[in-house]
Amino acid sequence: MAFIPNIVFAIVLVLGIGFFVRNVRKLVRNIRTGKPVDRSDHRRERLANMARIALGQQKMVVRPVAGILHIMVYLGFIVINLEVLEIIIDGLLGTHRVFSSLGGFYTVLIGTFEILAFLVLVSVIVFWIRRNIIRLQRFRKPEMKGWPKNDGNLILYFEMVLMVLFLVMNATDVPFQQMGRGNVISGIIAPWFGGLPEATLHLIERTAWWLHIVGILVFLNYLYYSKHLHIILAFPNTYFAGLAPKGQMDNLEAVTKEVKLMMDPNADPFAAPAGAEGEQGEMPEKFGASDVSDLNWVQLLSAYTCTECGRCTSECPANQTGKKLSPRKIMMDTRDRLEEVGKNIDNNGTFVADNKSLLDDYITREELWACTSCNACVEACPVSINPLSIILDMRRYLVMEQSAAPAELNNMMTNIENNGAPWPYNQMDRLNWKNE
Amino acid sequence: MGELKVPTMAEMMAEGKQPEVLFWVGCAGSFDDRAKKITKAFVKLLNRAGVEFAVLGTEESCTGDPARRAGNEFLFQMQAMTNIEVLNGYEVSKIVTACPHCFNTLKNEYPSLGGNYKVMHHTQFLKSLLEEGKLGIEGGKFKGKRITYHDPCYLGRANGVYEAPRDLIRRLDVELVEMRKCRKAGLCCGAGGAQMFKEPEKGNKDVNVERTEQALETQPDIIAAGCPFCNTMMTDGVKSKEKEADIAVMDVAELIANADEI
Ligand code: SF4
Ligand code: SF4
Repeated sequence: MAFIPNIVFAIVLVLGIGFFVRNVRKLVRNIRTGKPVDRSDHRRERLANMARIALGQQKMVVRPVAGILHIMVYLGFIVINLEVLEIIIDGLLGTHRVFSSLGGFYTVLIGTFEILAFLVLVSVIVFWIRRNIIRLQRFRKPEMKGWPKNDGNLILYFEMVLMVLFLVMNATDVPFQQMGRGNVISGIIAPWFGGLPEATLHLIERTAWWLHIVGILVFLNYLYYSKHLHIILAFPNTYFAGLAPKGQMDNLEAVTKEVKLMMDPNADPFAAPAGAEGEQGEMPEKFGASDVSDLNWVQLLSAYTCTECGRCTSECPANQTGKKLSPRKIMMDTRDRLEEVGKNIDNNGTFVADNKSLLDDYITREELWACTSCNACVEACPVSINPLSIILDMRRYLVMEQSAAPAELNNMMTNIENNGAPWPYNQMDRLNWKNE
Repeated sequence: MGELKVPTMAEMMAEGKQPEVLFWVGCAGSFDDRAKKITKAFVKLLNRAGVEFAVLGTEESCTGDPARRAGNEFLFQMQAMTNIEVLNGYEVSKIVTACPHCFNTLKNEYPSLGGNYKVMHHTQFLKSLLEEGKLGIEGGKFKGKRITYHDPCYLGRANGVYEAPRDLIRRLDVELVEMRKCRKAGLCCGAGGAQMFKEPEKGNKDVNVERTEQALETQPDIIAAGCPFCNTMMTDGVKSKEKEADIAVMDVAELIANADEI
């Protein structure tokens, strides 16, 4: 019967990881509902970006306080995962601190884990204070009510509890404390448990050990439902992010074909325009985006990657001057709608029209028209998300599919069409300034 | 200001000449009263430096930037392809423009439609003229003045040009003061993305007023800009604060061109 804990452990582990894999599959499936876009070029540059921005946290430190705290939590997270490896081996084999045979190196390792755990704890507490007591502006915007707010706090509680469990587990591990090496932090906590019988200490140690690993597995499965997904997706997202200068918009190929045909004096005027009618009665290509399926997969990946940090929104000129537009909300809405579409596919096998769309049901026209295309949001994002590209794709839909631009913009466009300038001046007067 | 020499491409071609650079004037530079002054100041400098340039004149047409940002990809590509046909017809290889929106579009968006040119913003071009010794700064009209420079989004963040305009300003013997939000973190003037041509959405302030307030925090004598639209927005902002008597909004080219005026 001695191996029952091992079996229980194995079952818990398989369940935890199995559920996680299931969610990852769903995630990949949902992202794949997006339009194709080729990001297989410039591998070196992409790798360098990922190393610099995701691994190296380069953009986080633009705001030093949050940046440095975040680096602590991030480092702690990565390094403490090595400890999880030991826990998993111990759990499966019934060993105790299997890596301790590493001797002096183990001392250094555990010492580092403990210090990091402590720093993570402190950082997370400061984060909590920033969100709940100082109540930083960017965490109080309308899109942060309800679940997003609770999500932010839940993550912090999770991390606090996990770190405390880790330190308690070490502090109540009698042989480990007697060994007296590597217990830099837990050695300070251990006396708090002084006077307890060894059996009780052992019970506390085992409980903390089990809660710690189960907690980690629960947390792993919480990711899919949370902005915390960024700890994984920040890597692919920074890798696949656009590399063109920020001011460059992509070409709509279907439009290029039609325009070329229109301008070609030799074109057969009675031929069906390419793209519009399509070959063999295909659906005419839709211009721009009114729903998540019109966005490309990188935009959808970005929606899942968004950390809801609000750095974009706090730099947005429209948002700063009280307009409804918030680039963070654009990303959150895209994710929420994509989740809704995903659930629809779960329930029906394939997507069944639900008379809803990203446009109007989530993102209003007022938001879209408030954007100055200034790229401040793109610059600010610590994980290379481009909210502007979604805004512009949705404007394309509004204008080219619905002719629903604000009246003043329609005037502007009519002017360009008729006289080659956004104002009603004659093209023949373009050089008049010379003699004025 | 003396006679400006502004040859057109057509005239050059008739004489069998190819200018070293095409000056793309842009819609604002051609039609907007304030921006026309910037155009003339830049031409004055080109003339002074003896640059062989030409303009398209009546053959120039909107690059399509505002149409594209408003969502009208059709109109943009129509404009782009028409312009590219004209530019390629004249075998243009180098373009300079005083408008960051034209700059961005010509430089980044025309290549994939068949228009490949070396494109420079006028501040970059002026800087190279100064460095090559073709142009000197005459007079010290602005000496000792406090100048703050507003980064146009389409020059700065969109294309990473932050230093050329600042280098030019520094050469005027002035005190260049930076706003709280500058360079990569610069705040938009509110005109981009076709906002120039419509009323803003409901909010509690206009973007240009917010930006003007940031500029005023530096207590400048002059707000410098490198974009005709930013110029308009900042000028309006300064007016809304009733400061137009004390604070001038000027393009970097105007600062250089007018340094000798007393
Ligand atoms: S590009 Fe649009 S959404 Fe992004 S910061 Fe500028 S105005 Fe806001
Ligand atoms: S888009 Fe980027 S900057 Fe904006 S909230 Fe999401 S992660 Fe933060």
